This record gives sequence, C-alpha cells and structure tokens, in this order.
Amino acid sequence: MISFFQKVGANSLDNLGSVGRATFMLIGALVSKPTPIKSFPLLMKQIYMVGFLSLIIVVVSGLFIGMVLGLQGYTILVDFGAESSLGPLVALSLLRELGPVVTGLLFAGRAGSALTAEIGLMKATEQLSSLEMMAIDPLKRIIAPRFWAGVISMPLLATIFSAVGIIGGYLVGVKWLGVDDGSFWSIMQAAVDLEDIWNGLIKSIVFALVVTWIALYKGYDSIPTSEGISRATTETVVHSSLAILGFDFVLTAIMFGA
Amino acid sequence: MASTSIVEIENMTFKRGERTIYNNVSFQIPRGKVTAIMGPSGIGKTTLLRLIGGQLRPDSGTICFEGQNIPELARSELYKVRHKMSMLFQSGALFTDMTVFDNVAFPIREHTKLPKEIIRTMVLMKLEAVGLRGAKDLMPSELSGGMARRAALARAIALDPELILYDEPFAGQDPISMGVIVRLIQSLNQALGLTSVVVSHDVQEVMSIADYIYVIANQQVIGQGTPEELRQQESPLVQQFLQGQADGPVPFHYPAAEYSSELLEYARS
Ligand SMILES: Nc1ncnc2c1ncn2[C@@H]1O[C@H](COP(=O)(O)OP(=O)(O)OP(=O)(O)O)[C@@H](O)[C@H]1O
Ligand SMILES: [Mg+2]
Repeated sequence: MISFFQKVGANSLDNLGSVGRATFMLIGALVSKPTPIKSFPLLMKQIYMVGFLSLIIVVVSGLFIGMVLGLQGYTILVDFGAESSLGPLVALSLLRELGPVVTGLLFAGRAGSALTAEIGLMKATEQLSSLEMMAIDPLKRIIAPRFWAGVISMPLLATIFSAVGIIGGYLVGVKWLGVDDGSFWSIMQAAVDLEDIWNGLIKSIVFALVVTWIALYKGYDSIPTSEGISRATTETVVHSSLAILGFDFVLTAIMFGA
Repeated sequence: MASTSIVEIENMTFKRGERTIYNNVSFQIPRGKVTAIMGPSGIGKTTLLRLIGGQLRPDSGTICFEGQNIPELARSELYKVRHKMSMLFQSGALFTDMTVFDNVAFPIREHTKLPKEIIRTMVLMKLEAVGLRGAKDLMPSELSGGMARRAALARAIALDPELILYDEPFAGQDPISMGVIVRLIQSLNQALGLTSVVVSHDVQEVMSIADYIYVIANQQVIGQGTPEELRQQESPLVQQFLQGQADGPVPFHYPAAEYSSELLEYARS
C-alpha cells in the first residue's frame, strides 16, 4: 500500500519535473531578440515540412468526414422533414468541433510524431551537441522555428479541413441526396455566427500550441537511443491526443456552456 | 608552464551519479602544441572534452580556458569562448539534412558575413585537405563512417579555431587516410599555431604526433610526458597501456562484482 503511494508520489513529482523542464525549454527557445533575416527561411522550411506536407491527409480526411456528416445528418433530418437544415448541421459540427479536434489528432500523428523523431535523432547523433559547441543555441536554431511553424500551420489546416468538409457535405447532401441548393447555403449563413468561426479558431490555436510543444519536448527530452526515441514518439501521439480531447472539453464548456 | 597553457584544469572532480569519473585531477594543455589524451575505453576521455567545452560541469575544481573559468561562465560568455574552440565528435555529428558542402559551410555562414564566393573557396580548401572535395554534393547518409568523420573534421576546422578537440580522429580510417589526418593535424598545428587535443587509443599514431601525452586511468592522470619520456617511464600502469596488455594494474573491466560469485549467484538462488 505504502509503495503504491510512493509510486503515485514519485510519478507526480516526475510529471511536475517534466512540465518544468518543458517550460524552460520553451522559454529558452522563444525569448530572444528577433532576427528576422536569419529566422525567416528556417521558419518557411519548417512550415513546409510541418504544415504543407500535412495538407493531403487533412484535405482527404476533411472531405470524407464532411461527406459522412452530410449522409448521417440527412438520414436523421429527413425524418422530421428538416433536411434543409443540413447546411448548418454540417457547418457548425465542423467549425465548432470536428475541424479543430480532428485536425489536431491528425496533426499529432502526422507532424507531431515526425518532430519528436527528428529531434530525438538529432540528439542521439550528437547534432544538438555539435550545434552547442559551434556556439549556436539549438533551442533557438532547432526548437523555435519548429514551434512557430506548428502554431502557424495547424489553425490554417483546421480552417482548410472545415472548408473542405463543408464542400463534402454539400456534395452528398445537395448533389446526391437532392437537398435544395439555395436553402443549404442560405440557412447555413444565417445560422453560423462569426463567433463560431472564432471559437473554432481559438480551439485550433490552443491545440496547435499544446501538440507542438509536447512533440518538441518529447524529442528534446528523449533518451537518445532507438528505444528511447520510439517511446518518445509514441508518447507524443498519445499525450497530444489526450491533451486535445481534454482541452476540447474545457474550451467547449467555457465557450458554449451555460 | 602555466603562462603558456591554453587550458588549465585544477583539482577537478566529476561524477556521473555515484560513479566518480575524475577524482581531483589537475593538468594543463600547452598552447600551440598537440596534446594527446590516452586511456582505456570508458574511462572518461569524451567526458573530459565535454568538460573543457563547457557542456558538462565538474562537481568541483576549475577548468580555465585562457584564464576564464568555463564552468562559471554565463551562457553568452560561454558562447563567446566557444567561437575560439571546436570539437570533432566521436560520431562525426554531421547535420543529416545538408550536403557535405553545406555542413562545412555551416559554421562559416552562421558566424561570419563573408560573401558567397569566399565561403565557397574556404569550404573547398577544407574539403580538399581531407580528401573529400569530390564528395561535396553527397548527403551524410551516403558517406562511409571514415568519410563522415573526415567531413566532420573539415567542418571542425572551418573557422580556424584556436583550440581543436579531436575525439578519436583515427577510428575507422584506413592507413592512408590515417596518415592524411595525422599530417593534417600536424600541419594545422605548425602552420596556424593551433592547439590540438587528441583523444585516441591508437598508441602508434598518438606517439608520432603528440608533443605531450597524458595517460588517464583510475580517475587520475597516471602518466604524462613527451612520447620519449613516456616510453622510458617505468610505471607498470603506463607500460601496460602502451603495450596493450589486457592484464595489469589498469582494469580492462567496468567495475563489477567478482566474476565467479556473479556466475554462481543464479545457481544459488
Ligand atoms: N550520459 C551519460 N550518463 C551516465 N553515464 C555516462 C554518460 N555518458 C557516459 N557515461 C559514463 O561515463 C564514462 C566515461 O564515458 P566517456 O564517453 O567519456 O568514455 P571514453 O573514455 O570517451 O570512452 P571511449 O574511448 O569508448 O569513447 C563511461 O564509463 C560511461 O559509463
Ligand atoms: Mg569517447
């Protein structure tokens, strides 16, 4: 029994310690005087690696999820003769929830794991140490551009996801199942507030911060062996996914709760 | 010797957890000379280079580089000091997302504002020196282990630092490139007046280039001197190492319980 409490205690201390180390890492990476001429090309390269390369999976998933929403929504709404409300159903589900959440999960799997593995391997092959010895701070050189790339890319990806999803819902609902074209769009427009778009955007920014931070920290803190890196990569996906779902509930409660 | 040394280590103790790697050691690295550090594997030679480079901090004692105590420097001062030194890592540590050329150009581009043409010339010169000019467009993954190390050597000397720390520069080299590297270290040393610290267990090569040698074992410096002096020394520790005998006062084994009792442990339980 006592050893159980010891374990819990040691675990929580460990976790507290890693939150502290992660915070130090982020502060070390981000607090500095800006050097736009040097940083910009690094940032663009990372936006390409982290964001652009995630585009295909996001577009394809968005399309299919929109189409499924159109189909499922239609079969429910048509029983009440309310199929003209398909537009807002699809749009609101995507903008408020599915866009940020699913993009976040995809981003954690596609870009987060890649970031962790890349940085873990850089550590294992002494590339980070050799930057240090060249008097170049790996936090600023390696961590910072990747962090900003993640934070910039993911909200854009989430927006694209929602837009493609709405088109998917439109294709199934209007083009296939015969919902009225005009009412699909006009009722959607009337039902969707600017606030819905904002809230979705805020969610995706929060998820982007959390996922990128976890991914970078797990790589930076990994044990530099093949086993350590594979564990760190798994942890990135698991922890980010849980964090996204947890934060989603909290944010939803704040934004839409009573 | 004190005034002419570039690095001075005094009463330095360093521990990894419970294990003492260095116990109160002191020695100097003379400026403008090739100093070799020899010792059995796992004794802490790489650790020593990292201590000098400020990547690790000793538990006590001082490590002075040109009079500045490295462990006490603030980050920005440490980075300033590191402009004057460079390190060849045991694994090479090339940046895997850049070609050989860009790897060598990297420190020059980061720390100077030289025009493209001059950087190109500098890089080609360094690559020529290590015999890899023809490999400049290859990625690190396309190099052999020995080639990667030579490319890393070219990168380490790219900015002509005052102090170069070589971690096992000869490992994995064929006799020809071994000779090339030996001559390169010597000529850098003589022509440019660089200080070199070479960590290695290749006794022959080290004896041929080093001006001064420290032999490390048992958490201490167990022998030192010029190659000649070292050969004359009667210390059994030093002789064992120079002649490569497994049995002797220097333990070949990582500290462990007694062999027979560990083998029997399972049978008993
Ligand atoms: N990150 C680490 N954590 C804990 N112990 C370490 C770590 N790195 C090295 N050690 C220990 O420190 C000792 C010295 O290691 P070091 O790498 O300096 O040896 P070395 O003399 O360079 O050996 P080699 O000639 O094989 O390269 C080793 O016995 C090793 O067990
Ligand atoms: Mg070593």
